[in-house]
Parts: sequence; structure tokens; C-alpha cells
Amino acid sequence: MSRGSLVRGGLFVLVLATLPSFGLQHWFLNLMVFVLMFATMSSAWNLVGGFAGYPSLGHAAFFGIGAYSMALIFHGHVLSNGYEPFLLLPLIGLISAAVGFPIALIAMRTRADVFAIVTITFLFMVQTLAFNLRGWTGGSQGLSLPVAPFPAVSFEEPFYYTLVLLLCFTLLVTFGALRSKVGLSLVAVRADEDKARGIGVRVTGVKVLAFCVSVGITAMVGGVWAYYETFIYPQFAIDPLITIAVVLMTFLGGRATLWGPVLGAFVLEAGQQTLAYRLGGSQFYLIAYALVFLVIMLLLPRGVLPTLGDRLRQRRRARSVDSTSGGVTPMAAGAAEPPVALRRGASA
Amino acid sequence: MSDLLSIDSVSKTFGGVHAVAGCSFAVAEGTITALIGPNGSGKTTLFNIITGYLKADAGHVTFAGRDVTGDDPGRLYRSGLSRTFQQARVFPQLSVLENLVVAAGRGWSQLFTKRVGGDDRRRASELLEEFRLAPVADLLAADLSYGQRKLLEFAAVLMSSPTLVLLDEPTAGVNPVMIETMERHIRQRNQAGITFLIVEHDMTFVMRLCDPVIVLDAGRQIFSGQPAQVQSNALVLDAYLGA
Repeated sequence: MSRGSLVRGGLFVLVLATLPSFGLQHWFLNLMVFVLMFATMSSAWNLVGGFAGYPSLGHAAFFGIGAYSMALIFHGHVLSNGYEPFLLLPLIGLISAAVGFPIALIAMRTRADVFAIVTITFLFMVQTLAFNLRGWTGGSQGLSLPVAPFPAVSFEEPFYYTLVLLLCFTLLVTFGALRSKVGLSLVAVRADEDKARGIGVRVTGVKVLAFCVSVGITAMVGGVWAYYETFIYPQFAIDPLITIAVVLMTFLGGRATLWGPVLGAFVLEAGQQTLAYRLGGSQFYLIAYALVFLVIMLLLPRGVLPTLGDRLRQRRRARSVDSTSGGVTPMAAGAAEPPVALRRGASA
Repeated sequence: MSDLLSIDSVSKTFGGVHAVAGCSFAVAEGTITALIGPNGSGKTTLFNIITGYLKADAGHVTFAGRDVTGDDPGRLYRSGLSRTFQQARVFPQLSVLENLVVAAGRGWSQLFTKRVGGDDRRRASELLEEFRLAPVADLLAADLSYGQRKLLEFAAVLMSSPTLVLLDEPTAGVNPVMIETMERHIRQRNQAGITFLIVEHDMTFVMRLCDPVIVLDAGRQIFSGQPAQVQSNALVLDAYLGA
């Protein structure tokens, strides 16, 4: 598993790193910038919504906090070096993670749908603050950032590469979590939190940690977005649709998997942008977008990767039972246990 | 023998219902103590209070000489008090081996170590062999039969080297062969020094295995003594049969 993951990851990074050198058009790189933003945010959301099973709807608030942090630092500033804002991203991530800490401590006392409501309430609180703290945010007038002094011919590339780095960082964090006891504990929390608490799993610690890391990364993406857009408004910087897109992408690709959210972001964001471009200014593209989502969820109800993984597993098991009839089966240790179908995969 | 666990005047009310009403008893070290009583007599509520899942309205719980009233379940588990549930609760998305590893009750520092390290594997493999779960170690717990899940849950709580294990209906819903297996494991572990407190409805199982037997009715202890005496005690008969 480890070698396969490394090979897949290496190939993925290689393709992404070499892509701009093929002389691609601006519209394509612009599309890729947005795809990478959503791939990173979906992977980050997956840490909380996927692995820990806490469906946060408040992540867009942290995207906005990151965007406004970047805007507040560089508003009215003349950039001597276009890379300066990128260097501040880790700081923005750390500050946002620190903001997320008390939020997680409070909100994660609730679960499931109540947690979703608490977090979306936080999102609207932050949006209201952004509209009303006019002295800082400029309210609905918005806030400007200096235009990045990159040559027009390769304007998107620094943003693109920064996002590739952020996505790699997020995937490495996820991979590290999966391979460590943090991942093991998160799965236990998602499956049965009370039981996990009762067997000494550091429940509060791991879920708050996952939340802080997740919102820190989301805020860093927000910072890149603000710098890329150069002008931000509360309704776009703290937009519930960002949260919803991230959740849909993670579910589509397969939550609690390493590559699922990335796959979901590539399919949905690329699909949405292409459909919006083809179907013009009308809102018809939204219908087509919903259709793509519905068809995939109908055919692969647990998301693309988990459903395909399950089918592969079932096929392998069926084959191994065929070839070794009389071999060790799940029932072997259960002596005379009746063959009751107890698979709970659908709820996993 | 000294008391490993003692319950002192514990009460718990849900709305107007007194689930546990001033209950007191003690579990001596090294015993397999049964806790029986008719449905609704407060056995599981008491289990939940002892293991920290519920807060008692009044009274004290003492474990290994320390007042543990209101302690967090995780802390109690790490200090040697563990339990299983009436409906076997395992983590279906984890493998059988991982179900054992996750239950080892570690400290913060080990959170960032390998998911299943060499030490974990060695420690778990002894239990897997003992419980005859080694052939299914790499299967997801979701793929196990109900009886195997019960065994797995029991094996998992032993990962933390507990001194007291509370079993909530270990034989419920499992076949006779599995009941014998369960009984054998309890005896072996008891001989190895673990004290058991068992809630059970299967009276033949209780009579074979447990001594002493504590009987609850309406949230109170009404009897405590040897299994042979239980069957002839008037209070117990009255509680069960309403005679």
C-alpha cells in the first residue's frame, strides 16, 4: 500500500509540476488554479468531515479569515517582491488554526447535524462581521490588495505552484495521519465516539487537532485566493457555496480516503467551470452540474473511490473463496456461528 | 480479600424514574461477581455510572482505593477499569488487529507513532491467538459474525491490562458453543488475576461461573451471596416472579 501510494503521489506531483511548461493557455491555468484551490480545501475538509466524521459547514469562514488576513496585511502596501505574500501563508495558517482552536473546543461538544448547524452559524457570524467591521474590511465596498507584479505571460504560474505545494502538504498531512495512531483514533471517533472515549482514545485531542490543521490549511488557500483576485468582498470571501462545493467534492470522490477529495475537486470544479463557460451567462450550467453529481452518486453511492474499492474487495474475496474452498473464512474462528450478514459498509 | 470496587449510596434519576436508588455493594478482588436483576432494575445504568459514562446524582464510586466518582471513562480505562457493552461495540471500519491496537489506552506521546507498530502487533497477536481470531486478524470487523464481535470486544478491552472488567451480558445473542468459549476465557483471565463484574440474564451461566451474586431490584441491592442461596431467597423470587 505504501509503495503504491508513493508511486501514485509521485506521478501526480510530477504531472502537476510539469503541466505549465507545456505552454498552456491562460484560461486553462486559471481553471487549474481554482481546481487546486478546491482540491486542497476538500482534502483539508476531509480531515474533519471525512476522517473524524464531523461535517463542518463553517470552513468557508476560515477561507474568509485567511483572505481578509492577507488583505489586511497587504492593503495599501507596495510589493517589492511578488512572492512576499506567499511567504506569509504559514503565519496566516497558524493564526487561523489558533482561531479555530476555541471554536473546535466549543462546537465539537456537539455532533453530526447539530455540529453542522453550529459551524454554519459561525460562518454567518464571520460574514456579518466582515460586512459590518467597515473600518477594517471596508464592509460591502470590499478591500483591495496590491496586484501581483508578475509578468502577464506567466501570471498564473506562481499561484499555481504555491497551490501545488499546499495540496502536496495537505496530502502529506493526510497520509501521515492515516499511517499513524492519529488516523486510527480518528476512525474510531467517526465509528463510535463514546466507545472510543471509553477505551482511552484521546478523543477531544485528535478531533480538535484535525479541526485546527484543517481550518489552518483552508485559511492559507483563502490567502492565496485573495492575492489572486486582488479585490475581495464579504459575500464572496465568506461564501456558504464554497463550503457546499468542498463537501460535495469530498463526498463525490470518497470521504475518508486520501485521493477521493482530490478526484472530486478535479471532476466537479473542472466540470462546473467548463459547463459555465459552454452554457454562457445563463444559470443552466448549475442544472448540468447537479446532474453530474446526481449520476455519480446514484451509480457510486459512497463516493467514487470507496465504492470501487468495496467492489474490488468483494471480487477479491469471492475469488479467494472460490480458489480455496475449505480455506480460512471469516466464519472459521466462530465455530458454529450462523452466517449472518452483518456488513455495515454502507454506513461507513 | 480486599474490595477492588465499591459503590456507596449511588442514585440516578431519569425524569421521575429512579433508575438507581441509593445502591451500595462491593466487588472483592479476584472474584467473578454477577450482577443480576429483572429488566429495568438498574444494572446497565449502574455500569454506566461506574465506568464514567453517566454522572451519578448522589453517592460515591471507589476503585482500587481511589474515589473515582465522575471520572472520565478514558481515564478510568487507563487506570485499569474496562467494560464491554450489551450490544457488542467494535469499530467496523477497522481491521480486527486495529480494533485491538486502538484499545491499548496510550498516552499523548504515542499518538504520532506508527498506526500498527511492531510492539502493537506482538501484543495483539497473543490475544488474537488466545481468542482464535488470528485467521481473521486482517479482515474488517464489519465482516465478523456477531459472536466473533463479542469475542473481539472482550479481547480488545484486555489490551490495556485491566484489573477489573465489567461485562454487560456477554452471552446475549450468541450460540451455545460461543457461550462456552466466553466462559473459558473469563475463567482463564480470572485465574490470571483479573476481577470480573458481570451483568447476565443466562442463569445457568451465572450459576456455573459466578461467586458471589448480587441481585438488584428497583435500583437497590436486595441480595448478595453465593449462587446456591440466590435461588431460594424469598426477596429474589419476589423480585423476579412478583409473587
